[in-house]
Amino acid sequence: MRDADRPRVDVNAFVGAYPFRHVPHPDPATLVRVLDREGTDEAWVGHLPGVFHRDPGPGSRELFELLAPHAERLRAVPAVRPDWPDWCAQVDEYWNRGAVAIRAYPPQWGLGPSDDGMIELSAACAERRLPLVLTVKFEDLRQRHPLDVAGDLQPAAVRALARAGTGVDLLVTAAGREFIEEVHWGLTAGERRHVWWDISWIWGPPEEDLAHLVRTIGADRLAFGTMWPLRLTQVARANLALLPAELRAYRLGVPGVPKGA
Amino acid sequence: MTVDDAGIALGGPGPLIDVHAHFYYDGAGRATWRHLNASRLLAGARIGIRYHVASILGSWGATSPTYFQSPADTVAGNDAMLALERAHPDCIRCYVAVNPNDQAGAVEEVERCVAAGAIGLKLAAARRADDALLDELCASARAHGLPVLHHVWQHRRRHWPSQDISDGSDLALLAARHPHVSFILAHIAGGGDYRHTFAAVREIPNIYLDLSGSGADRGMLDDAIEAVGPARLLWGADLTLDTGLARLWALDVIGLAADDRDAIRWRNARRIFPPRAFTDLPV
Repeated sequence: MRDADRPRVDVNAFVGAYPFRHVPHPDPATLVRVLDREGTDEAWVGHLPGVFHRDPGPGSRELFELLAPHAERLRAVPAVRPDWPDWCAQVDEYWNRGAVAIRAYPPQWGLGPSDDGMIELSAACAERRLPLVLTVKFEDLRQRHPLDVAGDLQPAAVRALARAGTGVDLLVTAAGREFIEEVHWGLTAGERRHVWWDISWIWGPPEEDLAHLVRTIGADRLAFGTMWPLRLTQVARANLALLPAELRAYRLGVPGVPKGA
Repeated sequence: MTVDDAGIALGGPGPLIDVHAHFYYDGAGRATWRHLNASRLLAGARIGIRYHVASILGSWGATSPTYFQSPADTVAGNDAMLALERAHPDCIRCYVAVNPNDQAGAVEEVERCVAAGAIGLKLAAARRADDALLDELCASARAHGLPVLHHVWQHRRRHWPSQDISDGSDLALLAARHPHVSFILAHIAGGGDYRHTFAAVREIPNIYLDLSGSGADRGMLDDAIEAVGPARLLWGADLTLDTGLARLWALDVIGLAADDRDAIRWRNARRIFPPRAFTDLPV
């Protein structure tokens, strides 16, 4: 699952504090050290506190400042809220500043599965060839703070975006096998080619959900992601290491990069 | 073979005991039970697990609820677990799992399974941990030198379906009543607020924390070590060997001394299980 000729990218990392529990050392310099330790070349990084802000704009701009000293390794993925005035100008601003993707958090913003604004945001991202990153969950349901009531992203929300025909490349993070299969097999072959899944929350043996998905939906639909600093980065690497031998040669995908590129 | 492609155990060198494993059997209601068992053994071999200390909870819900297993399912599950141990004496050890509501029958089942080789007692969620109904079972555990692995929800703030769930505070009450029994508080990464657990059991020396569970929060291991120290932590995987392996790798990078890593990997388990449990490992 590791190609010497292609950098390993962690497509699901954050910096900054989490409002519902203490997270140790969620700063960019620590993340760079973790990338070095784990043999990861670069990370797509979101702004964790901004997930829970009404207006994600200030956090997104802070993200660029935080990552600037590490710009070669840490690539900004700012958030854009499509029911906010001038959101389209924010997409342009971030694109001009070098964002590699855009994040959106429909449950945290109270946007339903068929929200028109999300489809418009998808189209804006597609025009600029920016993948749109969605997050199913931040914590296990069993440990959530009483104030953390947004709920999980729903599979229907992903299907709606994938079916809208905007051409956007979707990266869905922190999904498990059932979620992934419900969306993947609910799309046409053409629609599936625009959806990637990070492996941060897919189980390994003995259930072998990751192996199952590699066999069924294909390794090229899966992307390396860790959800640092919330989760141990070692989980994704362990999951790959525990794949059956015949599956370890497959290469994971990178959102926005067609198979074979 | 306990190795990766380069001939090295993925989990690192040295013994490794999984104190919280599960297996399945044909009465467990899962058509893939053989594959699941084989997958655990294969992944365990690649990680370098020397012993899977495992239980089967009745019929896993097929013919009675997982956490409220019928007497017949209790016996069937334990028989299946003992058969697995006999089939893999080199790497499988057995808990006897009982439902405390069976009262004398549960104690008799402990006796029966200990005679057949069980090395620990597994209690799940058929009664809350502080319930007096558990006292006779704990006395039996003490008589046989068995540690008690107790299913726990980290900080129960409400009832959860299909179980009479306990948390660290509940187990602390039971452990205080039985100071000569070692209690293994199950899966700190298995759901709920583990920091509540750490505070609840910090001062209870006969409670050990097993690190298993599907959760993978950064900071959990550091907090566990700070709360109870390496001498009261036990490595385990439960239902997700990938997060178990990840925690082994995390232990390697958080600054533990080699002796402390060994304590968590196997030495603590060697100490609290009966001497006959792992005779190839030094005391």
